Order: sequence, then C-alpha cells, then structure tokens
Amino acid sequence: MGRYVVRRLLQMIPVFIGATLLIFLMVNVMGDPIAGLCGDRQCDPATAAQLEKEFGLDKPVWQQYLTYMGNVFTGDFGTAFNGQEVTELMASAFPVTIRLTIVAILFEIVIGITLGVITGLRRGRPVDTAVLLVTLVVISVPTFVTGLLLQLLLGVEWDWIDPSVSADATFGELIVPGLVLASVSLAYVTRLTRTSIAENKRSDYVRTAVAKGLPQHRVITRHLLRNSLIPVVTFIGTDIGALMGGAIVTERIFNIHGVGYQLYQGILRQNTQTVVGFVTVLVLVFLVANLLVDLLYAVLDPRIRYA
Amino acid sequence: MRGATHAKWAACAAAVALAATACGGDDDGGGTGGDSGAVLSSSWGDPQNPLEPANTNEVQGGKVLDMIFRGLKRYDPETGEANDMLAEKIDTTDSQNFTITIKDGWTFSNGEKVTAKSFVDAWNYGASLKNNQKNAYFFGYIEGYDKTHPAEGKQTADTLSGLKVVDDRTFTVKLNQKFSSFPETLGYAAFAPLPQSFFDDHDAWLSKPVGNGPYTIDSYAKGSQMSLRAWDGYPGEDKAQNGGVDLKVYTDNNTAYTDLLAGNLDLVDDVPAAQLQNVQADLGDRYLNTPAGIIQTIAFPFYDDNWNKPGMEKVRTGLSRAINREQITETIFQKTRTPATDWTSPVLGEEGGFKEGLCGDACEYDAEEARRLIEEGGGLPGGQVKITTNTDTGSHKEWVDAVCNSINNALDNERACVANPVGTFADFRSQITDLKMSGPFRAGWQMDYPLIQNFLQPLYYTNASSNDGKWSNKEFDDLVDQANAETDTAKAVATFQQAEEVVRDNMAAIPLWYQNGSAGYSERLSDVKLNPFSVPVYNEIKVG
Repeated sequence: MGRYVVRRLLQMIPVFIGATLLIFLMVNVMGDPIAGLCGDRQCDPATAAQLEKEFGLDKPVWQQYLTYMGNVFTGDFGTAFNGQEVTELMASAFPVTIRLTIVAILFEIVIGITLGVITGLRRGRPVDTAVLLVTLVVISVPTFVTGLLLQLLLGVEWDWIDPSVSADATFGELIVPGLVLASVSLAYVTRLTRTSIAENKRSDYVRTAVAKGLPQHRVITRHLLRNSLIPVVTFIGTDIGALMGGAIVTERIFNIHGVGYQLYQGILRQNTQTVVGFVTVLVLVFLVANLLVDLLYAVLDPRIRYA
Repeated sequence: MRGATHAKWAACAAAVALAATACGGDDDGGGTGGDSGAVLSSSWGDPQNPLEPANTNEVQGGKVLDMIFRGLKRYDPETGEANDMLAEKIDTTDSQNFTITIKDGWTFSNGEKVTAKSFVDAWNYGASLKNNQKNAYFFGYIEGYDKTHPAEGKQTADTLSGLKVVDDRTFTVKLNQKFSSFPETLGYAAFAPLPQSFFDDHDAWLSKPVGNGPYTIDSYAKGSQMSLRAWDGYPGEDKAQNGGVDLKVYTDNNTAYTDLLAGNLDLVDDVPAAQLQNVQADLGDRYLNTPAGIIQTIAFPFYDDNWNKPGMEKVRTGLSRAINREQITETIFQKTRTPATDWTSPVLGEEGGFKEGLCGDACEYDAEEARRLIEEGGGLPGGQVKITTNTDTGSHKEWVDAVCNSINNALDNERACVANPVGTFADFRSQITDLKMSGPFRAGWQMDYPLIQNFLQPLYYTNASSNDGKWSNKEFDDLVDQANAETDTAKAVATFQQAEEVVRDNMAAIPLWYQNGSAGYSERLSDVKLNPFSVPVYNEIKVG
C-alpha cells in the first residue's frame, strides 16, 4: 500500500511538468500581453519594454518557463498585471471555489446516489421512468440556461434568493449555484448508480445476504451499495477537478469570484502568471483526487489489493 | 416509509437554503435612513492596472480616481467644460510657460496639506520611466520629458526640468512646445496631486489609496468590492450628497442588471446590449442614455501599400458611403449610438469644436455613389475587405458583421466584405502594434479630456500614440501645430476643424457613430447622471 502510494506520487511529477509546460506554451503563443495593457492605444515603447522586463517577458520562452518553475517550488507564483501576487489571488479564489465544489459534490452524493438507489431497486416502475426522464432533461439543457432560469425565477420573480453571490460567498449563498453546477453530473451519478445497483441486485452475495435474513436496509447499504459504488466514486472523484476548473459558467452567472473567474480574467488579459498558476494548482487537485479515488477502491471492495 | 424520510430531508434542505440566503442578504445601506448618510451600491469591474493616477487608463479605475481625487481643473459633469478646482489661477503669456497657483485650505484625507510640491512630485513620479506608469505620455509636453522618459536607453534624469516649485502654493511649468490648451488638459486624472505617504510607503498606499476628493476609501478587497465613504472634512464645493458608495465587482454585466431588477443593487452604469430591448419596460425613466465622448471608427493600415496608393482615398470614401449608419445604430444598438457626421463628439459642444455634418456626403449612405467611387479608385485591394476586430468585448463582432452586410448589399457582392475576428483584446492590440493588419480594423476612441485636440492629435498626427494606422499627412500636422500655438481658443478650434477637413478629404478613418453612456438605477436614487466620460457623477447622487 505504502509503496503503491509512493509510486503514484512519483508518477505525478512528469504529468505535472508536462501539463504546466503545455499551458505555458499555449498562453505564450497568444501574442504580446503588454499590448492589451494600455487600452485602445499603443503603450509607449519605453514603458512597454520596461514592463516586459519586469514580468520577465523579454527572455526566451524556455528560460521563462525554467525561472517560473524554479519560483513555483519556492511558493512564488509571480505577479498579476494589476500588481497583486498570484498567490494572493489564489488565496481569495480557491476557498470560494472549494466551497462551491463541496456544495456541488454533496448534492451529487446525496441526491444523485439516493435517486440512483431508488430507481435501481425499482427498475421499470413509474418512479424509475420519471427520474430517467428528468435526468435526460437535465443532461440535455446547457448549464447556463438552467443557471439563468433559476436566477431569474428564484432571484427576481419570487425573490427567494439574491441573484448574485456576495464577496463572502457563504455556504448558504452557494446552495443554488452549487445545485446548478452539480446538475449535469448529478444526473450522471443517478444513472450510473441506477445501472450499477440494478446489475448487482441479482448477484450471488446479495441473494445470500437476503437468504441469511438480514434486514433490507442492511442488505442495501452494506452489501449492495458498497459494491455498486465503485464506478460512481470514480466518476465523482474525477468530477472534483472538472467542477473546480469548469465552474466558469456558473461563476459568471452568479457573480462568484472564484477560480473560474480568475482564469477567465487571466486569459482575457493574457496574464501568463495567473493562468499558469491557477492551472498548476488545478492539475494538482486532479492528480490528488485521482489518487484518493484509487485508494478508496480498497475500502469499498476488500478484494482489491495494491502492490 | 423510506420515501417519506427522503421527502422530509428535501424539505429540510430547502428550508436551510432559504434561511441561509436570507441571512446572507445585503447589509449595506447604512440604515440611518437620512438621505445624506445613506450608502448606495454600484456595479464595478476589476481595474486592470494598479490604482495610481498616472497608471490608470481604463474606465473602472478612472471611476475611483474621480471619486477620491480632485485636480487643478475639473470637467463640468454636464458641459464638459474645464473649470478651476484646486487651481486659483493658471497664467501664461506665451502658451509655453505657465505659472500655476493653487487654492489655500486643501488637504488630503489623511490631513496632509495639498501644496505645489504635491503636484510636482506626482508629475515627476508619473513621467519617470522607472515607475512604469502607463499614462506617462501625458507629461510628454513638459520640458525634460525626454530625459526622464527616453524612447530608448536609460533615463538620465529623475525629475522634469520644466517643473519648478516657487513656494507652497505656486509652481511653474515649462513646455517643450507651445500648447495653448494645456491648462484644459489638467483635469485628467493623471495630473492629480499625491500625498507624501504615496512615496513613503507605496505598497500600503496602493492597498488603500489616499486622495483629496469628496470620498475616502473605507475598505478595498481587491477583485470583489471597494467601499467608499463621504469625507466629512472635504473642503471643496462638490461635497458628496450621499453617505458613500459601495463598488461591487461583477463578473458579468448581465448579473449586475439582474441584481438591479431584484433590488440588490442601486446603480448599473453599463446596461448589457442584450437587455436594451427590455430596459424601458424594466426601468422606465430610471434608465439613462446620454452622449459620451466616445467615437467608433474604422481605421486603415497605411503601412500597407495596397491601402496607401494614390486613388485609395476614393475607395475609402466609397466604403464609408456603403455603410448604412442609421439602420445599424437602430437595429443593433437600439439607438444607444448616434450616426457620426464628424470625427469628434457632440459632448464637445459647438464652441468646443463639434461640427455636425463636417463629414458631409462622405458619411451619407448611397449605394450607387459607393460603387462608383470604389471603381474609380481602382477597386478593393484583392477584391475583398477584411475588417479585423476583437470579439471578447463590447459586442464588436455584431456591428462589424452588420457593417460588412451593409457594404455587401451596397456593392451587390456577397464577398466584398468579411469580418476577421480575433479572440482577445490583448491579441488584437498586439497585432495592431506589430503592424500586422492587412485591411481595415475597428478603432474606438474614448476621450481623455473634452477637447477637439484630443480627438485629432493622438489619432492622426504623424507617429502619435494612437495613430494605429500610421497615417501621415504634412498638411494635417502643420495645421495641428498651428492650432496648438494659437492662444485664442476660438481660433484654435477653427484651425483644428481645418485639420479635421484634411482627415475627411483623405478619409483617414471612417467615422461610424458616437457612443452613448447608459445606466440604470433603483427607486432609492435620484439626481443620477452620467458625465461626458460616461461615468456616473457619484457625488451628486441622492439616496432615499
């Protein structure tokens, strides 16, 4: 187990370096970021040259990358164009997005798995058909439509919530945005769980458990659910990274100043430091989440061993 | 049984959601109830650059500077006229040497006195190359600028030789050329005075700027909100009529507009294009649509021989005549733009140099004439024009498509004009800076100060800072020099208009339309208006 974790951690290094290098090159290909800084007029050449030097943009790209990576290992992610340290931007953006992701994941787990279990156990019944239909609708409607619609209905028409999230972005305010963000994944979790449950319901160990006379809730939670959750856990695990990086649409609609917003600003302003910094952290989140998912397998199914 | 527990759970979640959001509701407003103490909230965008007077070149940062700083002059929110603010008098006999006396009794909000030194230090800071100030070129007229801000190489001086402090309230400015309207430029934010604390602890100042305007910054959470409060000790006449302003950063102006409708926000100063159709029904007379000093044009790459050879002025004029401005401003912009008939802006007023119809026939839609002119001029280079624009801001792609459509219809050729979209503004700008434009491209100009000079010189003078098309014309340059040297304002304006006629005869750029500022506000507010820069006049807004 320990050796497995170490091996996995070592594997992360090349993935990490490759991903950051790719992002670095991609942002650099987009052209001269200084040009956009002076608004609809040309920066005077002297100031532009000075700014380039300050941000290290006058050096060849490979050298920029090496300096950048060197700094990253000392915890220095550089400076954004508005004079803020990128670490400062991260400190303000990540907690918000993490809260939003937690809300979304909770929705996925609680509602998604519950609905999945119910429909899986009652396949073909009206409940099952209804939920299948609803999830189909949720999957096919784009997030921004759901988001804008909920915002307009709950926020403006019925006045149940504030249409925008304040700077504090508390858990309470994030419930509706979290639901919107989770909606599509939630539908997938429901369907995945449903299929998995339906499949395992007829397996030998479930039949044995029932024959032993175990109460039904015990059969479901200890035997059926545990084994059926493996594909679901895989999905939710990879979804953590996807939700954090992909929250941009939801964050825009509900005015959440999280990772998506900062990334969007960074790309618009071609701010290499911001984009690469945030993506670097997101890559790490992805890698760690994947590792955790793999380790969870053993908990769910003791037959799985790591070496 | 199990179903029931689930239902209960869902009900609980909903209740929690409601309760929590209700708690997390807005807590601004001060709650004092009185009008002058109440705080209003307004939409804001994250400023692109650090908030320093000489480093702020976009509207969002400029908004704040306008609230926390007062300079020598201030542009009248209604007429745009430059009136004395801190300046007691600005004397000159030759339009080149100025003696500036500032009024007594002004202080910064930290108690420091505003003296002649506050101005001289601030200007020296702004002009010095090592401080990377993006508005440094504003000090380019002052003698010694080439030493503190050389175009190449190291700077040889830290201070401008043209600036001298005489005493506490007087300083002199020597320009490197005659520039009669120099005093009128001094209302621009870059010329604001700075307190000593700016130089002593720069980082601390940046995290919470201190100025001498009607508002002070109470708190500033970068990227999310800035709270400004009325400064009781403000010595000026234009005291804040409200208790303060909370500027809230919005990720999207659509969300800001929704918040306004839901009653969570008091003022939106940028109504999203998508909402223009509903805005009258939503807000009625709480919607403002007033002219601003912004003109949209199409510029040409004069560095490309195809666009600079003899006869091309006819092609350019022909293109101008192929654009149906009336129709586009009505259908796409819902009349928030006015078809342009000159190269300045109506906010200048007739005395300031705006001349309706100066463009004449050349800006009028006439498909037949357009075809004839383009043919006479030798046709479109390569048989097609590509209009380049960025697509990430300001619904530019939509109107460029409409312009192309209009040209195609007029020329009766489906392929005469196509849009050439560029993803980001930064990329668009870097292509322009690298002289990579192969055809016409969108150009917009938002004035720095309400002067006809500002609409012509930076854009069309040889090698000027915003002459992106690299147009060069000796006659135009001479007329501008002449106008700048003219001490009589009326004569100067007339000479500038002559220069503008040169722009017209060569069609150096196609004027499209003047842009309005738009704003919407809640029922709590009154006396809301936009100044000629399309920024709300915050200090005059009354709450309650």
